[in-house]
Amino acid sequence: MAAGLEPLRIESTNLTVSATAAASAGQATTTRRPTVIIQPSRGWSALNLRELWKYRDLLMILAARDVKLRYKQTALGVTWVVMQPLIAAAIFTVMFGRFAKLPSEGHPYILYVFAAVAVWNYFAAVLQRAGNSLITDSRLITKVYFPRLAIPLASTFSALIDLAVSLCVLGVLMAFYSASPSWRILTLPLWIGLAAITATGVSLWLSALNVRYRDFVHAMPFLLQVWMLASPVAYGTAIVPARWRLVYGLNPAVAFIEGTRWAVLGSSAVTASMVVIAVTLSIVIFIGGAFFFRRVERGFADTV
Amino acid sequence: MKETAIRAEGISKSYQIARALKRQPYRTLQEEVIALPRTLWKRARGRTEKLETFWALNDVTFDVSEGEVVGIVGRNGAGKSTLLKILSRITEPTYGRAEIYGRVGALLEVGTGFHPELTGRENIYLSGAILGMRRSEIARRFEEIVSFAEVEQFIDTPTKRYSSGMYTRLAFAVAAHLEPEILLIDEVLAVGDSAFQKKCLGKMEDVAGQGRTVFFVSHNTQAVRQLCTRCILLEHGRVVADGATDATLAVYNQRLREMRIDAETGTNNPENRRGSGAIRFTGVSVEDIDGEERYGFKMGETVRFRLSYQLNEPMRGVTIWIALRSGISREIVTSARHVVTTNSLPAGATGTVVIDFPDIYIRPGEYPLYLHISEAVPTKTNYDVLDDLTPPLVIAPGGPRMHQNFDPAQPLGVFSLPSVMTIEEPIQQDNHTATVNA
Repeated sequence: MAAGLEPLRIESTNLTVSATAAASAGQATTTRRPTVIIQPSRGWSALNLRELWKYRDLLMILAARDVKLRYKQTALGVTWVVMQPLIAAAIFTVMFGRFAKLPSEGHPYILYVFAAVAVWNYFAAVLQRAGNSLITDSRLITKVYFPRLAIPLASTFSALIDLAVSLCVLGVLMAFYSASPSWRILTLPLWIGLAAITATGVSLWLSALNVRYRDFVHAMPFLLQVWMLASPVAYGTAIVPARWRLVYGLNPAVAFIEGTRWAVLGSSAVTASMVVIAVTLSIVIFIGGAFFFRRVERGFADTV
Repeated sequence: MKETAIRAEGISKSYQIARALKRQPYRTLQEEVIALPRTLWKRARGRTEKLETFWALNDVTFDVSEGEVVGIVGRNGAGKSTLLKILSRITEPTYGRAEIYGRVGALLEVGTGFHPELTGRENIYLSGAILGMRRSEIARRFEEIVSFAEVEQFIDTPTKRYSSGMYTRLAFAVAAHLEPEILLIDEVLAVGDSAFQKKCLGKMEDVAGQGRTVFFVSHNTQAVRQLCTRCILLEHGRVVADGATDATLAVYNQRLREMRIDAETGTNNPENRRGSGAIRFTGVSVEDIDGEERYGFKMGETVRFRLSYQLNEPMRGVTIWIALRSGISREIVTSARHVVTTNSLPAGATGTVVIDFPDIYIRPGEYPLYLHISEAVPTKTNYDVLDDLTPPLVIAPGGPRMHQNFDPAQPLGVFSLPSVMTIEEPIQQDNHTATVNA
């Protein structure tokens, strides 16, 4: 009897199990969504910031890698970060402050210039590193999937370390010249943020284009040199004639450089309209760059 | 009913290859600017550059259920790696659609993202993050990864100071602890020493045993046989067979045999064909002792290689040797180095030699061939190598040399040496235990 019952019971359990399985399978077709759908994409695609957020740890680890690699096996280490802008600022002070006698709105010329050099160097470093980043990390791109945006974006963060060091040097310089900052210093993060957005926007374009056209690498030093001369790094916007200011302001670097000067030293020739133009431009470049990057990134693994 | 893990429908991938110019996929802006007038002129006249479309994958459709361990086999260029790249989202398909249910871990190479300047610790975090792990997740598994890799003492040493074995172990350890629901693996196991390979295989079997899905791409049929329950055969980007591993591999080997060995195989593939072309194999065949061409042999039979060659440049002497590639690490078993002649030969000279393995005393398995011919004193250029040549030589169990205690399921080793055991000292049993047992 018991033996006869056993299989029956099992069978009935089996039935129920398969019934629930069928039910859940039926449900699955409506509720169980694929984690990933792979299909060819055409045209523009969404930025997918949620996925980028999921990979935020990778972004930070990549940035940390950049920083570590820069200072491994260097004899002078962090001294480079201190010396490089200091020497540049010193040369500008001698050439433009002493010899050309350009105005510095009543501030010691070296302070006036160093504030600009610090933030400009940050901007230039992001462009330089991010611009070539996809090529240097091509092995990653061809061997593993992750949001490609993380690669150039890592440069935006890694270069911040150098900027922080430069700002410390600036603090020391200010103490030396006993220039005390006003409440305006609190706006400094905003200007640095503007520099970061502008730099990231430009570098998204550059890095994506660099995958397809390798001569962007060679164009980069030239671009940075010309751009620096066209920006108020070694001199102040004060020397630009008033009627040209608005045109000058079309260079988005003007706003964050003069803004930094204003935040640190308290005086500047920058105007509100200049800032509005620069912020608008930077945001357009940034968003445009991000969408452009997303559009071309699907071909990276095949072309890089 | 098992839930689906991967559903692929009509996956196709094409590449455009410029027929006329063999150029890089990227161009310089300068090139494009210079070429612009010509391009426009051609386009205006309705003539565009002749691009050849190469279909790396063509209408590939399959379903993989949760917990299945699926092997993908096929010759070089069959589309195996392309399929893996599409499923791991590295590149997009041209047509088709795939749905993936669950977290994917893809291992297309060992040590992705590793940087030699960084320490072991730093590389674990870097590589883990690249593979998709959160920092907290890596921290939690850190000890486990380090001890799996056996690099405890060197964890804060830059990995460039690691031996290649340590490097590989660490790299695999990170990937092995990824804990994906779906694991996509390219032939990454083809590295490391055999003890480590055993460990890797064990880890993969663990993964499979835990009901997770494994998708294993390989042209190493032995590894596939060992790991996979189901197997898909790709040929020229199409699915040719899909079913139980033994059945699919039988089809695969049958197809390989039908193709016969072609000395021109892989002429343009630098991985499989090396050498300057000063001397070339012109014909290769494998025969049994009666001169009949075949690739399947039993242990201890005679295998005869008939090799023809041609000199395209004058040379001093000719040397030939044969090797069999085997196992997961593709180590090779070589023949003696046979000197055909040491005399100077003019360009255009041809010849044929026969090399016998009178007693093919190796374990059952599939052994792709490695053929080497060179000048008597080998130089850097005057040689020809056909590497990983298929069809493989198949050694089946049985035959005159199969000894009694042979266990075909025992997976490691190439040789199985006959051994004899005599009991010198009979087993001493503890009387007390014996009574209890009785």
